[in-house]
Amino acid sequence: MSSSILRTAARVLMPLLVLFAVFLLVRGHNDPGGGFVAGLVIAVAFVLLMFADGVEAARRSLPVSPWHLLGSGLLVALTAGLMPVFVGRPFLTALWAHLGPERWDVLVGTPLLFDIGVCFVVVGVVLTMTFSLVED
Amino acid sequence: MLLVLPIIVPMFMAAVLLLIPWVRVQRWGAHVGALAQLGCGVALFHRVSQEGIQVLHVGGWRAPFGITLVADTLSSILVVAVGVVGTAITAFAFAGVDPRRESGGYHPLLMVLLMGVSGAFLTGDLFNLYVWFEVMLVASFVLMALHRTTAQVRAAFLYVTLNLLSSSFLLTALGILYGQSGTLNMADLSAAWQQNGPPRLHLPLAMLFLTAFGIKAALFPWFFWLPASYHTPPAAISAVFAGLLTKVGVYSMYRVFTLLFREVPSWVFVLIMVISAVTMVVGVTSALAQRDFRRVLSFNLVGHIGYTTMGLGLLTPIAVAGSLLYVVHHIIAITNLYLVGGIFLRLRRGSEFERLGGLYRTYPVLSVVSMIPIFALAGIPPLSGFVAKVVLVKATFAAGAYWLGAVALAVGLLSVLSMARLWDEGFWKPAAPDADKAKPIWPMVVPICALTLLSLGISAAAEPLLQLTSRAADQLLNPEPYVRAVLKEP
Repeated sequence: MSSSILRTAARVLMPLLVLFAVFLLVRGHNDPGGGFVAGLVIAVAFVLLMFADGVEAARRSLPVSPWHLLGSGLLVALTAGLMPVFVGRPFLTALWAHLGPERWDVLVGTPLLFDIGVCFVVVGVVLTMTFSLVED
Repeated sequence: MLLVLPIIVPMFMAAVLLLIPWVRVQRWGAHVGALAQLGCGVALFHRVSQEGIQVLHVGGWRAPFGITLVADTLSSILVVAVGVVGTAITAFAFAGVDPRRESGGYHPLLMVLLMGVSGAFLTGDLFNLYVWFEVMLVASFVLMALHRTTAQVRAAFLYVTLNLLSSSFLLTALGILYGQSGTLNMADLSAAWQQNGPPRLHLPLAMLFLTAFGIKAALFPWFFWLPASYHTPPAAISAVFAGLLTKVGVYSMYRVFTLLFREVPSWVFVLIMVISAVTMVVGVTSALAQRDFRRVLSFNLVGHIGYTTMGLGLLTPIAVAGSLLYVVHHIIAITNLYLVGGIFLRLRRGSEFERLGGLYRTYPVLSVVSMIPIFALAGIPPLSGFVAKVVLVKATFAAGAYWLGAVALAVGLLSVLSMARLWDEGFWKPAAPDADKAKPIWPMVVPICALTLLSLGISAAAEPLLQLTSRAADQLLNPEPYVRAVLKEP
């Protein structure tokens, strides 16, 4: 199945979808969004690419294998959970830090790191499943 | 922090193993992970027996708003048992898993499974319990279906369908419960119902929980998924399922019924007794009709679950203590026997009775080592199963449930028969003529010997262990300290 309309559309849509996923990821702490749905959107972007160009192309365009993405996502989430333990707070307590100059005041915390880990895990799981289903 | 370690140690190891492609390193990693989890479990057990019930509010969100992890005596005993089973299985896996499963992620999935089981034993929140059930279900389904032979995929589908049915019962119950009470923290629910009386739909809720956990525990009308699926995967997978997964269902029944459903009409507990009795009878008599080592074990596993839920029906301290002792004994013995089944698979390429026999002549030491868990499961004195059965039968007579005691005794006799047959067919009778002479590899024998020693240890230390499970039973039957520990202000 190779339709040039789908291929062209996929190429335009992919960066938009990934960008939208980042938007969802970052706003997720206080508004609807978060790591899970961001991961799903990224996974959908690659699934779209898979339908347009085939599994091989989709695998190539992903810098690491989904399997490793799954493992490293778990590690990232676990790190976010363990960071508060080292300052004597319970597992998974949110820690916050102000970054950057005073007038920007960017608030960064471990929940964001946790969400990034979740996002990696979701991308890894969904792509592992879809790729192996299609390859069979 | 100690409370969360039995969950995050296997999680960490699963993540690391996902990143390591070399199977040989994965085996060692999994073994180290399981050993570390055992260490954390023992440390937690020590802490609980020294300082009483341990509570952790994850993320610093106090109960009932956040997820609470709670370890009382029962939870800590079971977490230690998870570590023991995990260590034995990962040692066995040095020799006993097919290459396709190992490269497909057997080791990380096993770690995820151990994480799920520990999580279920430690959580104090019903929704969180549901999540751990799903973690276990996903991991075990993939483990079962990983090899993709027709029989295994068929078994895995039956398994996942029945377990999803159980999950939907559980989820329905949780929805109703949350709609009525606005909380799913077990201690909070218990305290609120203690004050305001049980809610409407108390009885239907109890029935939903009984069904959901009854499916997981493989109790009578719902047990058939277990014997249909547990004999298909290799021993290094089915042994961990047999040892731990049904026990999670049993544990959840004890936890939920003692904390939340003590005020249901008494016929519910009679129903639990009846279900236990029928499970015992049906399981063990079906085992007599089987002609395959591992299928006999599967049906015996079902039958013996009845002993572990009997105590919940009687609800006297000594009955609960006896059932919990039975759980501990059963985890060790049945895991061990599934591993013995793995040796048969390796030596005879199958576990049907026609292929077996003659092992006593070729491997006398291994045969004696395997005889001990076989007879422990049968309940031959002075082995571990005997002690637990004596306690249970005495408890039934003390509570006036003579019929249940009679059933337990009769089923004990039948399981002696079934186990003696297992011994005869597997080890004693002359070998099948075409039995090949491959040697078992020592990694397979080492965990079997270790678990057998542990079984003997349980028999030798029966009195202190019974005191321990009595303490666990007291905590279950008097839930006030549990509730206070969870809800107290810092």
